[in-house]
Amino acid sequence: MKQILQLEKVEKYYGSRSSLTKAVDKVSFAVEPAEFVAIMGASGSGKTTLLNCIATIDRVTAGKIIVDGIDITALKGEGLNRFRRENLGFIFQDFNLLDSLTGFENIALALSILGVKSYEIEDRVEHIADELDIKSVLNKFPYQMSGGQRQRVASARAIITSPKLVLADEPTGALDSKSATSLLEQFEMLNSRLSATILMVTHDAFAASYASRVIFLKDGKIYSEIRRGKDSRKEFFNEIINVITVLGGNNNDVL
Amino acid sequence: MFAKLAFKNIQRSIKDYAVYFFTLVIGVAIFYVFNSLESQSVMLDVTDRVRAIIDLLNTIMGIVSVFVSFILGALIIYASRFLIKRRSKEFGLYLTLGMSKRQISLVLVLETFLIGLLSLGIGLVLGIVASQFTSVLVANMFDANLTSFQFVFSASAFLKTILYFAIIYIVVMILSTINISRQKLINLLSNGRRNEKIKNKNLWLCTAVFITAAILLGYAYYLVTAGLNNLIVDSEGPEVLLIPIAMGVVATFALFWSLSGILLRIFMSFKQVYYHKLNSFVLRQFSSKINTTVASMSLICLMLFVTICVLGSAMSINYSLHESIDKALPADVEITALGRDAPDITKFYKDEVNLKLEDWLDDIITYRTYLAESYANSDFLRAGTTSEYDPDSGKIYNTTEEFIRQSDYNRLAKLFELPTVELGANEYAILASYRQIAELRNTALKDGQQITVLDQTLSPKYPECIDGTVRLEMAGVNMGIIIVSDDFKFSGDVHQKQLLIGQFKDGVDPDLATTKITTGADRFYREDGSDMGEIYYYNVETKQDIIDNNVGTSALVTFIGLYLGIIFLISSAAVLALKELSESNDNARKYETLRRIGASNSMLNRALFWQIFIFFVFPLAIAILHSVFGLIFCNFLVSTFGGVDITNALPTVSLILISIYGAYFVITYCSSRRIIRERRQ
Repeated sequence: MKQILQLEKVEKYYGSRSSLTKAVDKVSFAVEPAEFVAIMGASGSGKTTLLNCIATIDRVTAGKIIVDGIDITALKGEGLNRFRRENLGFIFQDFNLLDSLTGFENIALALSILGVKSYEIEDRVEHIADELDIKSVLNKFPYQMSGGQRQRVASARAIITSPKLVLADEPTGALDSKSATSLLEQFEMLNSRLSATILMVTHDAFAASYASRVIFLKDGKIYSEIRRGKDSRKEFFNEIINVITVLGGNNNDVL
Repeated sequence: MFAKLAFKNIQRSIKDYAVYFFTLVIGVAIFYVFNSLESQSVMLDVTDRVRAIIDLLNTIMGIVSVFVSFILGALIIYASRFLIKRRSKEFGLYLTLGMSKRQISLVLVLETFLIGLLSLGIGLVLGIVASQFTSVLVANMFDANLTSFQFVFSASAFLKTILYFAIIYIVVMILSTINISRQKLINLLSNGRRNEKIKNKNLWLCTAVFITAAILLGYAYYLVTAGLNNLIVDSEGPEVLLIPIAMGVVATFALFWSLSGILLRIFMSFKQVYYHKLNSFVLRQFSSKINTTVASMSLICLMLFVTICVLGSAMSINYSLHESIDKALPADVEITALGRDAPDITKFYKDEVNLKLEDWLDDIITYRTYLAESYANSDFLRAGTTSEYDPDSGKIYNTTEEFIRQSDYNRLAKLFELPTVELGANEYAILASYRQIAELRNTALKDGQQITVLDQTLSPKYPECIDGTVRLEMAGVNMGIIIVSDDFKFSGDVHQKQLLIGQFKDGVDPDLATTKITTGADRFYREDGSDMGEIYYYNVETKQDIIDNNVGTSALVTFIGLYLGIIFLISSAAVLALKELSESNDNARKYETLRRIGASNSMLNRALFWQIFIFFVFPLAIAILHSVFGLIFCNFLVSTFGGVDITNALPTVSLILISIYGAYFVITYCSSRRIIRERRQ
């Protein structure tokens, strides 16, 4: 099957030659369509930097990032904006909803920017709201919604454009456990029912256990990778915890 | 160490708070320019009378400057408070790093000092440069020739500007110190973000309020324009004008409160427009901003309105005066003799003053007018059944009517460029130029109102007044002279007024002639009996006197208007700009979100442009709407200065408005764009 995302020896360095920090160090992996991949790692492991590079918010120092056959490291300026607009969907830890717009308008904005016609916008927003069970908050402003509702509106906004890749940066970070569970179930549903390809960065093993594959980063390098396969979510969660224990143990050794 | 910190901060501030700095510099420059008017006029070739007026102007400017310094002071304090609020995180950081509040205050004082020094320096240089140009304006205003171009510099204005702004900056320092010392660390650190509460306003309530506001405003507009005569005639005093003003203020607030909601709903119903690109975002941003700033938006709108009216009236008075002055004054001298037994003017001069008027004057015309004690203009105005005039209101100064014989009038008509009249024995006509009174008289004339004066009954020949005067006076001040046929008998209780007008002879020095003629009449005031009829006196008016007086008045009004207008304009634009920038941190976050969901840079820039543009234009648009009616009213108020046409002033007013308001808009847009761009890195 054709890969939707392919990273080839991606490197991202910070600082000058004398004091170089390798935030991302020769990372290569690939994501297939309709996959739900989680990237885990401690603070400073380079996971957010990596996500930013894929999101075209940050530029790589070396290597290639290929999304659906396009090398995005070669894109510039308006080309980048267009690429982002047409291919990517974002979900952030702090939701990043526009607080002067209602839920409906927040979701609709992603389509407006793409130039979708107004009559089509309404149908599509209604449809996605149905899927994510947020019909009741469409006419509310973000400050009137609960954290979970906000994150679901943000998710709706991210996937309504049918992006090739949905990028989620600690999406459960600001949620209580109940909302987090419900959001992750939605992700699972989006992944299985709508075949959305999701790449999620998290440091939370529980969140990662909803993914079909987890990639562990340590000091900018891929440490290991596990697949859920036919395991139950609980078994997968235990597996992840095991890896983290080893990861953390090594960390302590280093310290 | 603190000096270094302060210095670094300023380098950044000048970029970040360009609006603040711009306001300081402009404030200083304007202050200097208007306080140095006196020295700008030193090289003008003007009469002593004008010189005296310039001295007066200088004194008045001094008084106005105190007022202006309070406005500027308040504005600068407002701006500096706003800056401290914006920088609260920075100050919080200093505190957590172990700096004491006293040390932070010290940094702030140093910053204020340095910014003050810098703004004073740049502002004064700008002011001195600008005053070279405004001196041309001053010359034009006083109808004077620039004898030679000369570099003007006013040391007193220079020192005064430094003194006043030093005081303002010291007050700012003290207030900032107090402000900082009262802040709690937790508030400083968490001051960055605020939760906005937006509600969709009830559309019906909005509509109801909007309609009420529109009706109220419409009625207020009506009162000050078409209904003005009713308003004035039906009332007790000028306080009555407070009614439409209060209505206008209330309606403006209501308008701002309701209009944002309504406009949003209207746009929302046009889905193609509302959901096009970032339109929904721009409109929501705008409406939420209006909702949170109804009071200040209304205030700014009203201030802009006052600015436009003040500038408009001030400029138009100036224009129309200069335009009409020569036309209105066709003779050089007018001598009036009052008193029943006053000797003939020429004879009086020959016998008592020892001056042959013919030696000094050419084209002499002598004529008489008559004042019938028993017939006042209230009698005339009251007689008409359709007249709107109520004689008891005291609104119109009640004087005895003045009469002139047809032959005298016709002799003067050519000189004053008036039509000659042919009256029958029982006919009259009226010569008037004071518009409001002429209109009242016209209603009576249209009705064919008969008048009975000194037992003779006359009917009007024409349905309206002849526009003009036969006296040496400014256009538009003649309340009415009744022209009667030569057969009319003036007998009984009648005062005669002798008049003589003439031009200075060629080759005669006008100044010398004026002195001769004036001093002659000056000292003469006979009181040799108890009989009132014995008292008579002579009064001399010269064209130059009238011009000087009026030019002086108009210059006074114009300069005060310009000064206050510009300061008001700066204040409202600066407050608007600061309001917009106060949300730039919030904005930066919002625009970053938009960028992430794929909005292109051009889309973002356009959205930002429109967001700020609408915010600036909205209050201005309503202010302009107000001003249309306000200026019509001002036109009425200042029409005593002579046929004022306010449209003459509009290009200048627009230019001032666009350049200052526009500058603030551009600075705000550029600063905001820089802020939303910065976030990207």
